[in-house]
Order: sequence, then structure tokens, then C-alpha cells
Amino acid sequence: MIMLRALLFANGFGLLIGLLIIFMDKVINNYGEVAITINHDKEIRGDGGKTLLRILFESKYFIPSACGGKGTCGYCKLKVVEGGGTALPTEALMLTRSEIREQYRLACQLKVKENLQVEIPPEYLEIQEYEGMFSLSEQITEDIKRVRMQLITPETISYKPGQYVQVRIPTDDGFDFRAYSMSSNPDEQNEIELNIKLIPAGIGSSYLHAKQVGDPVEFSGPYGDFYLKTHSDREIICVAGGVGLAPLKSIVAYWVSHNLSRPIYLFYGARSLKDLYNHDYFTGIAETKPQFHYFPALSDPAPDWDGTTGFIHTVLDRELSTGIHGEAYLCGPPIMIDAVMAVLESKGIPKESILYDKF
Amino acid sequence: MNILLILFASILTSNIALTYFLGMCPFVSISKNIQVASGMGMAVTMVMTLTAVANWLVNNYVLIPLGLGYMQFLVFIVTIAAIVQILEIVIDRFFPALYQSFGIFLPLITVNCAILGISLFMVLRSFGLLQTFFYGLGSGIGWFLAIITIGGIRKRLIFSKPPRRFGETGITAIIAGLMALAFIGFTGVASL
Repeated sequence: MIMLRALLFANGFGLLIGLLIIFMDKVINNYGEVAITINHDKEIRGDGGKTLLRILFESKYFIPSACGGKGTCGYCKLKVVEGGGTALPTEALMLTRSEIREQYRLACQLKVKENLQVEIPPEYLEIQEYEGMFSLSEQITEDIKRVRMQLITPETISYKPGQYVQVRIPTDDGFDFRAYSMSSNPDEQNEIELNIKLIPAGIGSSYLHAKQVGDPVEFSGPYGDFYLKTHSDREIICVAGGVGLAPLKSIVAYWVSHNLSRPIYLFYGARSLKDLYNHDYFTGIAETKPQFHYFPALSDPAPDWDGTTGFIHTVLDRELSTGIHGEAYLCGPPIMIDAVMAVLESKGIPKESILYDKF
Repeated sequence: MNILLILFASILTSNIALTYFLGMCPFVSISKNIQVASGMGMAVTMVMTLTAVANWLVNNYVLIPLGLGYMQFLVFIVTIAAIVQILEIVIDRFFPALYQSFGIFLPLITVNCAILGISLFMVLRSFGLLQTFFYGLGSGIGWFLAIITIGGIRKRLIFSKPPRRFGETGITAIIAGLMALAFIGFTGVASL
């Protein structure tokens, strides 16, 4: 009897509180329709109470956002000319003081409650939405899958080697986006390739790992200023850690197909041989192209590995000559990037010639 | 017990942060910057007062009549979570300036042990409704006072050189201990 009473009370209490919160959310958290003016020109409308990023996405304005709206990557900063108040303490970590003074905001943190005027940089306006179909899905290491997506509408995409796309991931309450770098050669414009590492309980990677050939997919892009600078004569130094190889493979493929004469170095660190994917592809290029220098290194190899052992920044330190006239492209986990940056600077490569993508 | 005495004691002699050492996570991690600390302090004061009163009502009009006193922990936490949630929505809508200063701290407070502690202490001490209100308010102000005081002291730490091995957290714990000694000096005046 007393058990039953407790059970009934707990359920009733929970239900009451839940209903109260839903009611408050519907009534008070409802800001009606708001208008957003973009670049003093176009006006779009959306539901108030949502974030600026979400409203822009719904009207097909694509803003880079690698972290999926958590306010941790800082890519979605936009200048809000009018309305919206000043930056919240959560944004202050991602914006510089002068950016705050110039009224930059993180679109993912700004909850729209009134009409706004925003400025969107012209390169973002070129970002499009694509519908496609999976044309390949293969397991290449224990936790990394290579997926290829064939474009249906529009039929082609043009991007620079190193850029990324944001894939639309359905969720319980609508949709979300996750960013992945393209590993394909930009020359093949009707298909893109992504390398997806399975993160336990990660919504993007679990969704993409479960997809079969023939399944539909939607994504937007291309995004990012991490791409090969083609008007430069510096030697290209690529440093990849694990699945961070993806954008650098795109750079190498572009270098091969365009017969660039600038020497290129690829330093590629992985844990063991079975995590070292695309190994045969790179050794193949190294055999035919003397300008391509390939340095794979394993941090935790099996006993039969006869190549280099150790972390990639130590290999870089050993193999790269000081004073090299180079520019560097780094992609991998933050700790690797920091270690590699220190080595590159000690070799005399200026900071502005180092591009990186931490994830 | 006199309500003024409760207010005074809960601010100074029975300070929730310095004599019970509750709510330590934000007390140590957010006290680096006084501005942020005062935002958190305001949020804690507000939530503490409201949840203590709400939990008193739930406890005396629902739990005790139904003989479900043993469900206090569970029910108090649910009430606190709901109040914080609703408070965030309401403040965001009607008091944008307040939201700007402490809105983002509200969700953090849901799991703050000082808040739950106040609700449990008010039951232990069998306070009435008015007493509970002043106890919640006083404890909130006391926590506010403690965090901005330690924030002010920590700001001056850059001028001194504490042993490096203490780290930032270690020296903060020692400062909190010294502050607790000072607060105990009030015990002769009034105590709960």
C-alpha cells in the first residue's frame, strides 16, 4: 500500500512538473515571428526564441559551425549590426575584445528575440546545399569508414583541397549538423569522399557508419579557410594525425593530378599499422614522384613494423631541414597540433605560413 | 527562533560556504573573476530563496500528510530542477539585463549541493515558512558574500608568490580556511 502510494505520487509529481515546464516553454519562451535583415539587403523571417544560427540554416543561409552549435569552435561569428544585445559570457571566450566592440556574436549562442540586422561575409553566401546518395561505404580501419557520396542536385560541387562539408544528421527533435573534411580530389566534381571515425555515442559518426550504399544524404558546403594555397612557391608540409589525414589526402591528390612542381612532404602519424590507412596509395605515389616525400610513423606498432616508430613531431624534427622555405598544413588532435607547431617554428617557418585544423 | 537572528546567523556565523563547505565547486572555480562571481552569487541567492520556500510548501503540504517524508531527497531535487528551468525561461523573457548578468549560471545551479543542503537543513531544524524564507535568503547572501570576498582576495594573489606546488586550487582552499576562521569569530553573537 505504501509502495503504491509512493509510486503514484512520484508519477503524478513528475507529470505535473513536466507539464508545467512545457506550458511555460510554449507560453513564455514564445517570441513570435522575427525578421532578420542580411547585408542591408535581403530579409528573412523565422521563429523567435531560436538561435540565429538555426534561423539562418532554416532559410538556407549556411554558416560554418564545426562544433554543432555548442559555442566551442567559434566559427559561426557574425557581425550583428543592430539588435541582440552584447556578447554573453559564454561568447566572450571565443571573441577578442575588438570583435566584441565591433558587435561580433556567435550565431549559435545568440537567441533571437527581436528583429536583427546581420552581416554575412560573401564567401558564406556561396555555400550551397546538396542532395546526394551514398555510392561507397567501406571499413578501412577498426573504427574508420570511407564513405563516398554521389551528388544528385546540384550535380557538381567545386571546392578547394582541404575544405569541409556539414552533413545533415536527423535527430529526435529535428536535425543537426556535423562537419567532415573532404578527402577526395576536387577535380572529381560529382562525388565527394569523407573519412568517418566512429565515436561511441556520437550522433554524426553513428549515423554515417550505419548508412548503406544507395541511401540518400544531405549536406552543405564547402566551408573553411584550411585549404591549399595555390599561388605560392613554398614547399608543402602536410602533417596528419589519425583520421586528420582526410583533408591532407585531398591536398596530395590535387598535387598529383595537377603535376605541381613544388616539393611536398606528408608526415602521417597513427597508432599501429592497422590504423594507418591509405598507406599503399601514398607509397605508390612516392615510388613514381620523387618530389613527394612520405614519412609514416607509428606510436604503438606491432613488433613486425620495420618503419619509423614514435610521435610524429619527433619525426618532423629529425627529417625536416632548418630554414626550409615551406608552408605547413596540420590536421589532427589538439595535442599533436601544439607539439608540431613548436617544431615548425623552431625550423624557422613563420606562424602565418602554418594552417591547422584541430578537432 | 527570531527571523532576524536566522538571517544574521545564516549570513555570517553559519555561512553555508565557509562553515558547512557546501557549494564548493563554483566557489573555487568561478571566484577568479569578481564580476562573474557576483553573477553567480546573485543567481544562487535567488534560487536558494525560491527553492527553500517551494520545498517547504511541498514538504509540509504534500509529503508529510501523505506519509512520504522518506522521498524528500528525490522530490526536492525535482522541485529545484523545475524551478531553475522555469526561472531561466522567465528571466530571459522579462528581465534581459538580469539574464545577461547571471542567466547562463542558472543551469549550473541545479546540481549545486548548497541549494539542496538548504532545503534539507530547513527540515532538520523544523523551521516555519517565514523562517525558511529568511534562512534561504540569508544563506544565499552569505554565499554571495563569501564568493565575492574570496574573489577579491584571489585578485590580489598575483602580487604574492604562494608556493608553486599549491597550485591555484590549493591556495584557494587555504584562503577559504582562513576566511572560515574569521567568520567563526561571529559565533558568540548568534548561531543557529
